[in-house]
Amino acid sequence: MTGVLHRYGPVLTGFIVLVVALWVVMLVVLPQILMIDFSLRPMLPPSRVGGPEDVYTLANYMTLWTNTIHLGIFVKTIWASALVTAVTLAVCYPMAFYLAQVAPKRRLPTFMMLLVIPFWINEILRTFAWYIILAYSGPLNNLLVGIGILDAPVRFQGDGSVILGMVYAYILFMVFPVYNAIESLDRHQIEAARDLGAGWLRIHWRIVLPHARPGIAVGCIMTFMLAAGSYAVPLLLGGPQSRWFTEVIYNWFFEGGNWNQGAAYAFILLVLCIGFILLMMRLFRVGLTDIAK
Amino acid sequence: MSQDVALDHVTMRFGSVTAVRDVSLTIAAGEFFSFLGPSGCGKTTILRMISGFMEPSDGRIRIGGRDMRGIGPNKRPTALIFQNLALFPLMTVADNIAFGLEVRGVAAADRRRRVRELLELVALPEVADKKVTELSGGQRQRIAIARALAVEPAVLLLDEPLSALDLKLRQHMRAELRAIQRRTGVTFVYITHDQGEALTMSDRIGVMSRGVLEQVGDGQTVYDDPATAFVASFVGEANRFPGTVLDAADGRAAVDTPFGRLLGRNPRGLKAGDRAILFVRPERLAVAPDGTADNRVEARVSHRDFEGAFVNAFLTGAGDRRIVVQMPHLGSEPAFVPGAAATLTFRPADAVVLPPDGEA
Repeated sequence: MTGVLHRYGPVLTGFIVLVVALWVVMLVVLPQILMIDFSLRPMLPPSRVGGPEDVYTLANYMTLWTNTIHLGIFVKTIWASALVTAVTLAVCYPMAFYLAQVAPKRRLPTFMMLLVIPFWINEILRTFAWYIILAYSGPLNNLLVGIGILDAPVRFQGDGSVILGMVYAYILFMVFPVYNAIESLDRHQIEAARDLGAGWLRIHWRIVLPHARPGIAVGCIMTFMLAAGSYAVPLLLGGPQSRWFTEVIYNWFFEGGNWNQGAAYAFILLVLCIGFILLMMRLFRVGLTDIAK
Repeated sequence: MSQDVALDHVTMRFGSVTAVRDVSLTIAAGEFFSFLGPSGCGKTTILRMISGFMEPSDGRIRIGGRDMRGIGPNKRPTALIFQNLALFPLMTVADNIAFGLEVRGVAAADRRRRVRELLELVALPEVADKKVTELSGGQRQRIAIARALAVEPAVLLLDEPLSALDLKLRQHMRAELRAIQRRTGVTFVYITHDQGEALTMSDRIGVMSRGVLEQVGDGQTVYDDPATAFVASFVGEANRFPGTVLDAADGRAAVDTPFGRLLGRNPRGLKAGDRAILFVRPERLAVAPDGTADNRVEARVSHRDFEGAFVNAFLTGAGDRRIVVQMPHLGSEPAFVPGAAATLTFRPADAVVLPPDGEA
């Protein structure tokens, strides 16, 4: 703080602090407080708001535990997001390792462009592209039937396609942190392990993975948060049996008109995501400072 | 169990660049062998080929008589000590040393015992549970040696491991490395651009320049009887007197230089009319009290550096050619007053006449 004061002087420092504080209060703290307030009150017709029935209650938070359908969707959202995270990591780790340690440096910009270009397109459009590819009479079915792997088209829409779509949507959020972590690993470490007789599996397990741990933690946290909070992918690629918890929240707000209930659900999801972050940090033994890097 | 390393017409090409050109050499089991040369001379490439990180474009490498072609670095009886040591920073010292044993499936109790022995060998018995980052540069150096020796390699390869240390520590580690090599009897192949390191530690030295092995011999041979102009100028200081051979007889050659006719040994058998350079070490030049010697060089003192045990005098002679004279500081050496004229002499046996580089 004194460093900032010294560098920018009192006027500019005061301005910066004020702007940041305004930003945090207006855009983060106030809306959240409003939502917490909503979630703790019963839904009432406008005429009875502020009346004797308008008291603080945990009833909205209890709904989820009594509604087995919603609870089922909630649990499935969590484990499916964890699965998406695991699959994304499995896809991205070899890619990140290749880019960071194996690929010739002059090819790197090309590979990076290939990774980034699809992300210039809006997420909904990208997901819609998958929707078309996976459609009942879409190109994938036509291809598989055409070359004789399938006898008849298959309905891909469902849990599998949701996970596929999400892995695709969030690849970058995993690749870059993991790439950054592996890129900082001295190649001689790998060579030293190899020279001492280690095979590739052991080199990854003992040298590369431990070094990449903070990057993997960051990638997993981001992917999990995005997956758990995803709305477009499950909406477009999910079947009737694969609803996501975000859709339930949406329905409370905009179809049920019950903002109080929706806010409570949203907070349960938020608490769970924070819990996941803490768990990941514990699991990967990384601190906040490692992640900030 | 140390083994010999044989390079048989080894060549390494990277695209159109030839990094190592037709090197043939046998390093004896238990020998301390150094490759000496400037950076980019191909010495590191040779080391990487012996360790298995590169395959030669042509030729064979044999270790203990076994052809190493197609055998990966993890399967070779070699251990490499990297220039930056490449210790594993996330592991303790003990885990670093035990890594190669862990790979080989050695039981935990045996690993602990072996780690203790190796830490004794490198004289650091107390640091087993420390993190690598807590050690000093010299300590890390020793841990790297211990880690490499843990797998009981037949050949230990060292890639300028002392270059990051300060001067005192470097000199201390030279003696230490030599002692460890004697105690273990392992074949050491050492890479350096520092002639002092090569001369003090090695049984034999291979001097390299631009991918070519110029000369192999013990330190004194390489210093006293350089085979090429490159070796004469790279190993130690040397004054150069280029010219043309006037006549050659009895293993001596007379060279017509800007300083006149100078006589030296002629190991390469140059003939009259050949272009040649006559080399004389600074410590073999004397300031002549009289004018009777065979080889006389007239020069003028430009300045004098006092180094304590030695005095280096820098003189300029015909055509602004620089000449260095080194003398022990005995109190009786000439004053070397700047601007004063001096006549330098040397014995023909102390000079060597060699063809210029690229014409041999």
